[in-house]
Amino acid sequence: MAYTEEELKKELETKEYEYGFYTDIESETFPVGLNEDIVVAISKKKEEPEWMTEWRLEAFKAWKEMEEPEWANVQYAKPDFQAISYYSAPNSKPKYDSLDEVDPELLDTFKRLGISLDEQKKLAGVAVDIVMDSVSVATTFKKTLAEKGIIFCSISEAIKEHPELVKKYIGSIVPQKDNFYAALNSAVFSDGSFCYIPKGVRCPMELSTYFRINQAGTGQFERTLVIADEGSYVSYLEGCTAPSRDENQLHAAVVELIALDDAEIKYSTVQNWFPGGKDGVGGVFNFVTKRGLCEKNAKISWTQVETGSAVTWKYPSCVLKGDNSIGEFYSIAVTNNYQQADTGTKMIHLGKNTRSTIISKGISAGKSQNSYRGLVQVNSRAENARNFSQCDSLLMGNDCGAHTFPYIEVKNKTAQIEHEATTSKIGEDQIFYCNQRGIDTEKAIALIVNGFSKEVLNKLPMEFAVEAQKLLEISLEGSVG
Amino acid sequence: MDLKDKLISSFMAFENNVDIDSPVHDERSEAIKNFEEKGFPTKKEEAWKYTSLNSLQKIDFSIFPKEANALDYKDVKKYFINEIDTYKIVFVDGIYSSFLSETTHDGVDICLMSSALTKPMYKQIIDVYFNKIASKDESLTTLNTAFSREGAYIYIPKSKMPKKPIEIVHFSTGNEASLLLQPRNLIIAEENAELQVIERHQSLTENEVLTNSVTEIFAAKNAIVDYYKVQNDLSTASLVDNTYVNQKDDSVVKVHTFSFGGKLTRNNLNFYQNGEHIDSIMKGVTILGEKQHVDHHTLVHHIQPNCESHQDYKGIYGENATGVFNGKIIVDKIAQKTNAFQQNNNILVSDKATINTKPQLEIFADDVKCSHGCTIGQLDDDALFYLQTRGIPKKEARALMMYAFANNVLESVRIPELKARINKLIAKKLGVNLGFDL
Repeated sequence: MAYTEEELKKELETKEYEYGFYTDIESETFPVGLNEDIVVAISKKKEEPEWMTEWRLEAFKAWKEMEEPEWANVQYAKPDFQAISYYSAPNSKPKYDSLDEVDPELLDTFKRLGISLDEQKKLAGVAVDIVMDSVSVATTFKKTLAEKGIIFCSISEAIKEHPELVKKYIGSIVPQKDNFYAALNSAVFSDGSFCYIPKGVRCPMELSTYFRINQAGTGQFERTLVIADEGSYVSYLEGCTAPSRDENQLHAAVVELIALDDAEIKYSTVQNWFPGGKDGVGGVFNFVTKRGLCEKNAKISWTQVETGSAVTWKYPSCVLKGDNSIGEFYSIAVTNNYQQADTGTKMIHLGKNTRSTIISKGISAGKSQNSYRGLVQVNSRAENARNFSQCDSLLMGNDCGAHTFPYIEVKNKTAQIEHEATTSKIGEDQIFYCNQRGIDTEKAIALIVNGFSKEVLNKLPMEFAVEAQKLLEISLEGSVG
Repeated sequence: MDLKDKLISSFMAFENNVDIDSPVHDERSEAIKNFEEKGFPTKKEEAWKYTSLNSLQKIDFSIFPKEANALDYKDVKKYFINEIDTYKIVFVDGIYSSFLSETTHDGVDICLMSSALTKPMYKQIIDVYFNKIASKDESLTTLNTAFSREGAYIYIPKSKMPKKPIEIVHFSTGNEASLLLQPRNLIIAEENAELQVIERHQSLTENEVLTNSVTEIFAAKNAIVDYYKVQNDLSTASLVDNTYVNQKDDSVVKVHTFSFGGKLTRNNLNFYQNGEHIDSIMKGVTILGEKQHVDHHTLVHHIQPNCESHQDYKGIYGENATGVFNGKIIVDKIAQKTNAFQQNNNILVSDKATINTKPQLEIFADDVKCSHGCTIGQLDDDALFYLQTRGIPKKEARALMMYAFANNVLESVRIPELKARINKLIAKKLGVNLGFDL
């Protein structure tokens, strides 16, 4: 069926957020506000050892001195940090051994989201560590992983069970004082995932976590720590959907990846949080710090598909410390209506023969603003560093904006850096060609956008690629102006 | 007393020597207020992230030059494009040198800012153009506005073209231990007018000089302005060049910047496209060594539809040199069918040289073609080897390749004598004599 452009635009604008519903589960929620007592209370609640409490307090002290960053190309009403409750856990504790024991209402939520646990278990072979609000409620496939010596659990569990690993690596890549939101996260993180792959082990399945923000007025502060020991390999997936809310919700996560010698980590994200209504009300604030460290011959690959959130502020980075290490960044960021995204990457070349690739595709529609902000830094001792960056933007309609802020700093003469960026719209001739071949405009746009994003979509694991393609279609079809 | 305080207190002394009742002086008073508020830019500001003015602020600059120092033409002849006849507007230590200059009022006005600002016959034009496009809140521009008194004034009426190119040359003689110069130029090309300008700043001794220059260029419908900046100063001279260009329908403005010297050079080029079918062209060759620092900041603001902009900057950095390129393209919502291209290629030839580049696009219109490309690399070893097998020594082979690298930019220089001059400068800078003209 052929739509006219107007109809398509209208349909797109009126398209309600598909996953917008709210599950009523009694939550154990802390009083709003943030002070030292709350930090200590969170730590106590999680039965954490003293060093962890100290670590949190240190972060809190630093955070108090810091100011919210303003350099990003986004505008929003600043969250009131004293009006947020910093801890909320689904009530139905303790942990379950099987899915049958899980609160049926919770299971229903997952079903409506299309995450059928048992189905996924069987079909996809994915171990899912579901974070509902802040506490892990279900962990599957743990046994299979345990046989290989792989530790995959919530971070609070890891703090209790594997303190030596956590103590050694937490904050090593993203220090407590790294930035405003990282400091806040370090002080109040409620839960998150922890993953350790032992020497020489290739993780047999894709590890994944579904993040959800459920409780009204609850900020969610995830902390993820992935450690790939020498010669190991892991592919980690992270995907998210959040219920529709009018109030802005804050999400300040920290992800730290450590790839030791010869290890490889592949970290993929599909983010589809509530982007706010079509008039720009509500939506999630996504202020994330993600960073990975590569030792000798190690490789870290970030892949992200960002379609949600009202405001996104996210720069997955690689510190290429070891010689011959590789960093990759593949990103699609889609913004529609009043969404704002300021996202990109940092590639810090420290070791010799380090290589990095950046492929960023920005698609903006509606009244949205989409920015790429990236840094490629080659230090004086990074001989033969190699970088290739490409950032392409696609504009749909005349009310949106696309911006690129690439910083390139080179201090070594043997470096080879290439950077290119283009901005364009979907050509009328391209659409005409498709029409001529019997493909209607709507399909043609989906086709072209898919082609535009293919380089990145190809990098996603199978399970995600399908979901990501679907998301792109929902967000964009018919937006051509 | 730091430089800022010194400047502010000198403003009162400055007021004794100018007509404080003129509207121009209102602009000055406003500007000094702004400067007082803002002060010198610091590295904390995004636009000055890679360039620090701290060390310059520690120098005790003389703000008002003493009497003009007479120079012999034969001593400074080599700094002019002396192979051809040109109009010349020459300043020595900031003071106009009638002896070295050749101005005209024959159909076109090629003369002095000081007379344009004070004589009633120019008042109408000054009212319309003076300080209209220059930034009112960029601190160094406001500093220049506050002390604006002298510089070049060029007015080309409708459908006129000066008979020969115009050279604007600033000499500093080292009469003062350290000197701050603030020339202010105004260039107006009316409908269908065309002109060529060559600008140069030259120190004659090793005494410290800081030049904070502002040039406003107005190109009316169909006008063509060709502007060449030759920056090959001594390593004790610093230059902050702020150029503001306002373009109307179908006009073409080209600015070529050749940066081969100086201690610290900062070029702020700002283009505002207030019309349709405009073409703005910015090209640059930078070849640096020692501890030199060059910062190219360009801004092209596409305000109206169907315009183009082209930027092409080549840089070769050796020894401890630092290069910065920050190109910004803004495409407004209504500026559909804009074509904006930006290219920045760099070669690092030393381990201690640094290049920081940030090609930036801000696009609000959908039917546009905008792209930027940026590379940092080295000379191709295979090509070098090939040239050597053909009997060309390594040093010359390298120079040939670097020359070829920069040649794109040189090709569009429309004054052959200037092109030859630049070629010589490049050969000298690369330390070779190829036995033929490059």
